[in-house]
Amino acid sequence: MLTNKNSLRRKGTIPYIVVIAAFIVLSVLSNGVLGRAQMALLVPTCCYIVAALALNLCVGVLGELSLGHAGFMSVGAFVGVITSESLSASIPNTGVRLFVAVIIGALFAALAGFLIGIPVLRLRGDYLAIVTLAFGEIIKDIITCLIVGVDENGLHIVFNVTGTMGVEDLHMTESGKTIIQGAQGAVGTETISTFVAGFIMIIVVLFIIQNFINSRTGRAVMAIRDDRIAAEATGLNITKYKMIAFVLSAGIAGAAGVLYGLNYSSIVASKFNFNTSILILVFVVLGGLGNILGTIIATTILYVLPEMLRAFSDYRMLVYAIVLIVVMIATNNKKIRQFIGGLLIRRKIKTNAEGGDE
Amino acid sequence: MAYQSDKIKKSHMVPFPTQSIIPEQDVDKHPVLECHRLGIQFGGLKAVDDFNIIIGKTEIAGLIGPNGAGKTTVFNLLTKVYQPTSGNILLNGKDTAGMNTTQINKLGIARTFQNIRLFNNLTVEDNVKIGLHNTMKYNTFEGVFRLPNYWKKEKEMHEKAMELLSIFNMKNLAGWQAGALPYGAQRRLEIIRALATNPSLLLLDEPAAGMNPNETIELMETISRIRDEFKIAILLIEHDMQLVMGICEGICVLNFGKVIAKGTAEEIQNNPAVIEAYLGKQKGE
Repeated sequence: MLTNKNSLRRKGTIPYIVVIAAFIVLSVLSNGVLGRAQMALLVPTCCYIVAALALNLCVGVLGELSLGHAGFMSVGAFVGVITSESLSASIPNTGVRLFVAVIIGALFAALAGFLIGIPVLRLRGDYLAIVTLAFGEIIKDIITCLIVGVDENGLHIVFNVTGTMGVEDLHMTESGKTIIQGAQGAVGTETISTFVAGFIMIIVVLFIIQNFINSRTGRAVMAIRDDRIAAEATGLNITKYKMIAFVLSAGIAGAAGVLYGLNYSSIVASKFNFNTSILILVFVVLGGLGNILGTIIATTILYVLPEMLRAFSDYRMLVYAIVLIVVMIATNNKKIRQFIGGLLIRRKIKTNAEGGDE
Repeated sequence: MAYQSDKIKKSHMVPFPTQSIIPEQDVDKHPVLECHRLGIQFGGLKAVDDFNIIIGKTEIAGLIGPNGAGKTTVFNLLTKVYQPTSGNILLNGKDTAGMNTTQINKLGIARTFQNIRLFNNLTVEDNVKIGLHNTMKYNTFEGVFRLPNYWKKEKEMHEKAMELLSIFNMKNLAGWQAGALPYGAQRRLEIIRALATNPSLLLLDEPAAGMNPNETIELMETISRIRDEFKIAILLIEHDMQLVMGICEGICVLNFGKVIAKGTAEEIQNNPAVIEAYLGKQKGE
């Protein structure tokens, strides 16, 4: 149980090393070794890693269950697509455009998080889970009703609530381009997400989350998670710090959504449904609550595995289920953990012995 | 039941001074805490009723009474974990009506808990730093991007935390996880965390619970030292009479939510109402 400050700080650098190493290996492999199917998985994996890191901030660090993080991804994805498409003329450089789209998408997702947080984060209990669950479904329906187009006069938006409207109701000029077509989702999007962008996003998000956790604000958030009553009695403003963490989490999930949305030429709102929220939650729980490296590894394995198992199409979900169970047993079994972590533990004792001399 | 209600009536009739005893050093200073007819009712039950107390600027006061007398409820009222249903609380002359727990702490009351409430997954040092949260500030942006102010304030916080930890000789435990500490050390850490919030009144809820006689004596000395060094008032709930009689300048005895006696240690020890509350009534008396 001895946790030395130095070892904690060293622990913070391990995720960076793992991510950078993985990036280098995959970059080398992508020159011919990886097939098209594997290459296509690179960017979505980055997106899910970022989304899982965001949810880990909410569930692991803040200690509030959110069942609607796919909803924030959805907000980010569609805002990102609209931004990217409407700026395609003014910012021809795809890298810069992606950056702008990520920032704007993240801001809108953070705004959505803020609006949800105002009523819910004042309450004690599992209300956030219920409300975010509803939010995920509502945002899906709203985007399904949305028809958006752009021409030289700017954005045209109509809400197709009755289901009778079409693209012509946007009243665009001839040069106009539709971005979102209701239930068909965003179609004809220019795919500007790249693996390098995904890698940079993971590094930036790692930087933000790790520094956040080790700052005054992050400490306050974790204190509230550990003991709300004691945190109040120590003078912490509970609602404020819960809000900061939740909005940050929503914003990062939105950024992941932008990257995801701009990776496909067409994307529908129902992609970000309840199942996706639960999938991200599974990554976080199996990776370990509050465990950043664990989240990254669990996401990579659990996202890539089902895709790799497509060759055994009939048995793939069966194998996936078995892997889930094995991971759960392995991470909860002391003997297996000791066996796997034998080397790590030996190193830990060494660092503690060094730290004890101080 | 008849016996009980009889006791309540009797104890109610015992005359007690409405003014608390302010120790010599604080007589000409403004009291830190004044409670006037404080009370709370849960349904039909008056958990605390007509509670009056005045605590001097640097007084060590004791709040004692049999189990279930309402001592912790008084603490919860003072820190607004419960909102009182009657009466008012003045802290440094300021009315605290309508405030919440966080505001009360910022105004100057810090407390510890009967069942220890630490931030178990954080380190000892971080627990103290949480106490320093409102006195040493930098914003989230500075924290995430590690701007110069972050390094400056974190360094100050670290030094201050170490200084506070050295009060209880806990500097060498700074890197430990708080939940992994031995029981006595957890109690001490809670006191340090409360002190870190820079209070003018420190509420200690059974600080000596679970400590052996030697540790209790050490704790007594530390409590006096804290008062002398930080120049603050301390109100403590304690069942260890050696500790209470040893360091408390004024003692208030609660029973069934009512104050049955107030006075110095000798006065309390010889007060028939107190003896009756603790030991029961002698037959034929």
